[in-house]
Amino acid sequence: MDPSTNKKTPETSTSKYVISRRFDRIFLEIHSIYAFNLRFFKEVFFPPYEFKEIIKQCYEVGVRSLPLISVTAFIIGIVFTNQSRPSLRDFGATSLLPALISVAIVRAMGPLVTAIIASGRVGSSIGAELGSMRVTEQIDAMEVSATNPYKFLVVSRVLATTFMIPALTMYTTFVALLGGYLNVHQNELTTITTFFTQVFDAITFLDIIASSVKSVLFGFTIGMVGCYKGYNSSKGTEGVGKAANSSVVTAMFLVFIEELLVMQVVNAIRAV
Amino acid sequence: MKKINPNINRDDKVIAIRGLQKAFDDFEVLKCVDLDLYKGENLVVLGRSGTGKSVLIKIISGLLQADEGELNVLGEDVNNLTPRQMDALRLKIGFSFQNSALYDSMTVKENLEFPLVRHSKQMNQHDRDRVIDIVLEAVGLSQAMHQMPSELSGGQRKRIGIARTLILRPEIMLYDEPTAGLDPITCIEINKLINEVQRRFNTSSIIITHDLTCARAVGDRVVMLLDGEFKRQGTFDEVFATEDERVKAFYNYNFID
Ligand SMILES: Nc1ncnc2c1ncn2[C@@H]1O[C@H](COP(=O)(O)OP(=O)(O)OP(=O)(O)O)[C@@H](O)[C@H]1O
Ligand SMILES: [Mg+2]
Repeated sequence: MDPSTNKKTPETSTSKYVISRRFDRIFLEIHSIYAFNLRFFKEVFFPPYEFKEIIKQCYEVGVRSLPLISVTAFIIGIVFTNQSRPSLRDFGATSLLPALISVAIVRAMGPLVTAIIASGRVGSSIGAELGSMRVTEQIDAMEVSATNPYKFLVVSRVLATTFMIPALTMYTTFVALLGGYLNVHQNELTTITTFFTQVFDAITFLDIIASSVKSVLFGFTIGMVGCYKGYNSSKGTEGVGKAANSSVVTAMFLVFIEELLVMQVVNAIRAV
Repeated sequence: MKKINPNINRDDKVIAIRGLQKAFDDFEVLKCVDLDLYKGENLVVLGRSGTGKSVLIKIISGLLQADEGELNVLGEDVNNLTPRQMDALRLKIGFSFQNSALYDSMTVKENLEFPLVRHSKQMNQHDRDRVIDIVLEAVGLSQAMHQMPSELSGGQRKRIGIARTLILRPEIMLYDEPTAGLDPITCIEINKLINEVQRRFNTSSIIITHDLTCARAVGDRVVMLLDGEFKRQGTFDEVFATEDERVKAFYNYNFID
């Protein structure tokens, strides 16, 4: 007898039963996300610390993202500056260009562009890597050898993204401003000193704090989503693809929500 | 046919299972499992695909939770252990996975070092290298030390997987289909390895398989999982001396001419 015939198929259940099951599943999912996040804070402070793995992941997240981020940031700086010029020119205000670029890049584009690139590059690779480790039972193998796979895999990766995304954000901001400077220099013949003086005059302490908080939040989110999706990926090669894909989609979605929330909070602070 | 290991101690049960049940949603995989594993014994678990053999040893090593029943491993009641006690127990159990489960981002040497650096802290690099040499030599793959798992064949991966579980000198070995998907000659080598491990390290083992050649070569005792229970047990010949169609079919298809 084929044991799979023992399985009750969903068709045999009543529709009410199916709906209640679906709700159960949503609540179970919410609970497991909550527990997964909580476990991070329970484990991050206690030994053993996997320093070697953390360093390796920092390298993976930070250094490996540099080429893509450099090119993107530089081009965004140039394009944004170039496209903003006509509207300022209409008011005869092209001298405000450095201030405009500065506010846009430091407040919004730097953190956001970094987070989106990292969601695509880092989030998907974490999702796929942990997903395939789950599918090929490597995570189980760690567990039976009495090594905490959560600490080794999840804590190290989430720490790496939480440290490295803010660092990358600073770098992105700088490179994008450099792109902006080149464009301004070419068209308005502004010197680098004047440009950066205007850039720094335009931003406030609050801007820098807000961007830092945001990028830490983005980093944590990207790492956590990738790890959650990969760590809990379903069995089968299909599960790996799904984990990688939904890591990217979910991380980007959450990043935008967080961006909105932080913006509201910062505006409220600015108003008082 | 294997000569039964004379060192088996029938008074010392390293694993004792009573009335174990496990279901996934509505699907009952294990209905009522009773099983004893004696010190120094190689126990073969036979059964068709999907009968829950892997589930059984995952429950023994604490990867899955049983729904019902008693499970005693090396004198510890597995259902009531703190995570710390569970980890201590797991160090005494070696689990060789069906698909080897080597860490594919690490070299063979790093795979073997992984449990060592974490659990044998008093060892220095020199000691670790020596232990790694010993187990690699035991599985006959000394030359693969610096290769990546992806560069190895399926049989070599299996042997490295066994080496990785041996490295902490477990008292109990759980082999999940050690010979599945391997050519007959490699199968014989793996069978020899399993017997060698039993003799050299005095381990007690559960070997899951549907390969009867392997069962005959390594098993001191054979049990057969049918419908979520152990219906037949004894020596290899005793298990197959029955009129039960399913057991006979299992035998006939293995030795088809
Ligand atoms: N984590 C799980 N969730 C749901 N069902 C599972 C899970 N693990 C196993 N099963 C189900 O339990 C049954 C037994 O699985 P198991 O892997 O133990 O089979 P097996 O006897 O090892 O088969 P094989 O010889 O093919 O390895 C299968 O039908 C499988 O669908
Ligand atoms: Mg199996």
